[in-house]
Amino acid sequence: MTALNFYGTGLPNLVDSVLPGKFIVVEGTDGVGRSTQIALLREWLESRGYAVAWTGLSRSLLAGDAIKKAKDGHTLSEMTLALFYATDLADRLEREIIPALRAGMVVLTDRYLYSILARAQVRGVDARWARRMFGFALMPDAVFYLKADVAHLIPRVLGDQGFDYWESGMDYLKGPNVFRNFVKYQTQLLAQFDAISEEFNFRVIDANRSVRETFYDLRREIGAVVSDLKKQPIEEPAPALEEDKSSVEEVVKAIQKEEAKESASI
Amino acid sequence: MASLRKPNYPGKLFIVEGIDGSGKSTQLDLLRKWLISEGYLVAFSEWNSSPVVSEATRRGKKQKLLTPTSFSLIHAADFSDRHTRQILPAMEAGAIVLADRYVFTAFARDVARGVPPEWVRDVYAFAAQPTVALYFRVTLEESLKRILVGRPALKYYEAGLDLNLSPDPYESFRLFQDRILKNYEAIVDEYDLTVIDATLPLVKQQEHVRALIKPHLEGALKINPRAYRQLLAEDSLYGRYIDEIARSRRG
Repeated sequence: MTALNFYGTGLPNLVDSVLPGKFIVVEGTDGVGRSTQIALLREWLESRGYAVAWTGLSRSLLAGDAIKKAKDGHTLSEMTLALFYATDLADRLEREIIPALRAGMVVLTDRYLYSILARAQVRGVDARWARRMFGFALMPDAVFYLKADVAHLIPRVLGDQGFDYWESGMDYLKGPNVFRNFVKYQTQLLAQFDAISEEFNFRVIDANRSVRETFYDLRREIGAVVSDLKKQPIEEPAPALEEDKSSVEEVVKAIQKEEAKESASI
Repeated sequence: MASLRKPNYPGKLFIVEGIDGSGKSTQLDLLRKWLISEGYLVAFSEWNSSPVVSEATRRGKKQKLLTPTSFSLIHAADFSDRHTRQILPAMEAGAIVLADRYVFTAFARDVARGVPPEWVRDVYAFAAQPTVALYFRVTLEESLKRILVGRPALKYYEAGLDLNLSPDPYESFRLFQDRILKNYEAIVDEYDLTVIDATLPLVKQQEHVRALIKPHLEGALKINPRAYRQLLAEDSLYGRYIDEIARSRRG
């Protein structure tokens, strides 16, 4: 059950008093293994009979592509980008997350407003303004913070796609040294995350450990959060194909018969 | 009296507000031409025109994706982009900035759609206070007469059809505009907007507009767009090629 509590003024036009599903956020800095853990969690929850919806930052139909394009062109100011991320979040909240919660599903979210707050605050956006602006955001049932230190992040980022322009803070840090800037940026970002973690009562998961150890921790904690949810009944096997075919054939024949009758009468 | 942020910049910001059909854009255009003819450097910013954001907005409107909250946020992103890149830099440089619609459009319209009034004011808390904010006051019936002559096709969000006020686009538009108008009238007092009677003849309105703007023009940046003319005359040149540049820029 997700209570309809918001961080501020909330969303207009909602008639629900509670949402039967569970709203779970996984947060953490770049390269901490969020995507891996979420992919594992989705399958695990589904295998246990839960209906799972999944979403993440800049995946909205409304603003997702535009955000990616804007970041490629480095054209938006930090405040504009925060507003654009907020548009993206509002769109997913109203058209994906809340409907899924209403239907009693487990919603797993890869990052939420906290990541947007952290990246904006590192770049000097007014923290109080950003919090009030996000007053429409629904409070989740739980936020799991995958926490790893910079030294542990580096090999993972290198093993993946290397240092990304934005993940290295190249847009606002000085100097051409990507490695140094990555360390500097991620250190600043982690400090913001730690403060935000306390402010919003994150449940901290030590992600310096192996994928397996981290997953087992997450699994245990999330299992407890969703334990009072009704699981989806395991579906009956689909009816045999022949049956479908024969019923379709019957319908087609019936229509053709009617058509023939009509054309005869004309 | 509520007010916005006051940046300590030498430039001037003049904005116009009013419901559709109040004639505000016409008056701003006349003001712009006059200021340019007086030699002022004039920057112009129009609601919902950020090159990066407005494409997403257009798609959202076309596909009817927007809710009151996302409608408000995406217009705020558009405004923030123009505020950062057009309005503030021009004010810092000492120029005159003209804005066709400003944050009060969001305060009137988004609240008519149902977002909390205090939230939308918080979202736009970063906006610079205009030097002069003109509100073009017109009755609902007069504005409808101007807009609906010839029964144009009204767009979904323009007519407020997302609010389910009426299935008839014209009736929906009327009810939606009525809500916006009532919000505007409250905002006039809240933010002390300067009211122009938009039922007066165009020329009369423009006289009022200029009279209100004039006291604020001292010190505003001027340019001489014909500086090279003088040089051409001194050196007995025709300026054949330099005129070509000007022509291609206009084209």
